Amino acid sequence: MIQARGLVQTFRSREGRKKTEVRAVDGVDLDVAEGEVVGFLGPNGAGKTTTLRMLTTLLRPTEGTATVAGFDVVTQSEQVRRSIGYVSQTGGAFSSARAGDEVVDHGMLYGMRGADATRRGKELFEQLDLDGLWTRMPKNMSGGQRRRLDIAMGLIHDPTLVFLDEPTTGLDPQARANLWEHIADLRRRRGATVFLTTHYLDEADHLSDRIVIIDHGRIVASDSAENLKANISGDLVDLELASAGDVTSAARRLGSMAEPGRGGAEAVEVDGFHVRARVAQAGRAVPGLLADLSRADITLESIEVHRPTLDDVFLTLTGRSLRDAQETTTDGAGPGEPAPPATPALVRQEQ
Amino acid sequence: MQFLRESFIVFRRQLRMNLRNPAWVIIGMLQPVMYLFLFGPLLKPLIGQLGVENEYTFFVPGMLVQLGIFGAFFAGFSLIGEWREGVIEAERVTPASRTALLVGRLVRDLLQLLVQAGILVGLGYLLGMTGSARGIVFGVLLTLLVGGACAAASNALALTTKSEDVMAPVINMVMMPVLLLSGILLPMTLGPQWLQSVSDWMPFKWVTDGVRTSFSGDFARDPMLYGTAWAAVLFVLSLWWGTATFRRENA
Repeated sequence: MIQARGLVQTFRSREGRKKTEVRAVDGVDLDVAEGEVVGFLGPNGAGKTTTLRMLTTLLRPTEGTATVAGFDVVTQSEQVRRSIGYVSQTGGAFSSARAGDEVVDHGMLYGMRGADATRRGKELFEQLDLDGLWTRMPKNMSGGQRRRLDIAMGLIHDPTLVFLDEPTTGLDPQARANLWEHIADLRRRRGATVFLTTHYLDEADHLSDRIVIIDHGRIVASDSAENLKANISGDLVDLELASAGDVTSAARRLGSMAEPGRGGAEAVEVDGFHVRARVAQAGRAVPGLLADLSRADITLESIEVHRPTLDDVFLTLTGRSLRDAQETTTDGAGPGEPAPPATPALVRQEQ
Repeated sequence: MQFLRESFIVFRRQLRMNLRNPAWVIIGMLQPVMYLFLFGPLLKPLIGQLGVENEYTFFVPGMLVQLGIFGAFFAGFSLIGEWREGVIEAERVTPASRTALLVGRLVRDLLQLLVQAGILVGLGYLLGMTGSARGIVFGVLLTLLVGGACAAASNALALTTKSEDVMAPVINMVMMPVLLLSGILLPMTLGPQWLQSVSDWMPFKWVTDGVRTSFSGDFARDPMLYGTAWAAVLFVLSLWWGTATFRRENA
């Protein structure tokens, strides 16, 4: 459904007299198969929205090519627009217009007849739990209702590929969980391919078949959440020992099975009576470890195995946690303006 | 055909939103009335110098051009609000023609102008204005042309600046010389030669003169030609600029 090669977007920005060129997206390759739900994850300013705007024909790539739903985004932009639904961060319904009118007009701009757009819009309102809100103005709706209205607008022409740009940003946890259900429904009910950007790890984890991680305008990983977690970070094994004398010996044994490539013993962290290390597929490794430890007469107080989170994955890939990356990036850019990418220097300082 | 349909969808949406806001309707209608009743009388003592028998014969055409220019200059402000809420982006992601997105909005502005012109001319007649019917129709058309130009430019400016704070001073800066040099309120012929020469460089002065001449029904005179030519040139340039901003990827 999506095939992008070497997408680049540069913006000229100006600070005082100094003109600088910012590479917001710096050589992105992307493949999304039909029916896939792909989560596009990265901190603010990593290039998520800019990439999305290129794929949805709103922004012409500076370099590179992309085919979306079988059409070229530059030379066949009209066909691309016809085949995709796009729900931007800001939505698209005017706050003081009636919800139903906005949805119908949007459908009609896709060439639908008024009656068809109305029927389809009402159907969508029902499916998205918006019954009875047809004549309400978005400014009198809750955040969750507004987002669902935006999604209804994006789906009015029955696209087979749906782009969602940070669909749940700013929603309370309940509204978020509810929206997740509706997003999952996009594929379950209509077999749509979904490409969603998010900076929430749990959202990417919960919704997507595959996660693509972008940082500083480059793709740094692309795999299922399971594989990303399994391959990159390993599980955290945390041993609590009964006696301090066993710490060194236990650390050596745990280190010997710690994830290869992460420095063996160096990967072992000793903290009082605790010995911790990341171990690939710990569920399989722990029985052997326990036997090994008991042969050596080492007594454990407790053992805990933590499955890695996507935050761990991000940390491993980029050297900083997603939260840090978020905080060091300016978030003031408006919806139309590309957010400037985080400068590495700034990130280093914070750490 | 498809272009007309898309323009109409955009126009209908704009009109619906405006009609739902009674303040917009009332202010729009009240503006010409206030000018006629509160400024018109000031011109009475000048009748001799204006070369007309009734002050409104001079004033109504000028007022018409002023409404066309200034009302339309503010059209862009509502576009910034829409842009901020993502409406423009949502419209640009549909296959609709980018020109239609602009033209639909222009038609709304022109409809407002047409209604205002109707009120203005009607009241002017009641107050003693004289003029040829054919000339008035053409004068109104000329006003619509120049109003469309200003509305398109205003929309283009709105999508370029994307901020009321930047746009307001720019509009003010443009408006001052236009108001003072186009002879809308008082004829430029009252002024010294140097001021008249300066005003010759102001396209809107020619349009104002053109509309005034048209109202008199005297189509053969020079101001008609220059006024119409300037209005057409401004309209084409602004429409091109406006479409370019709607088309541009960053808008």
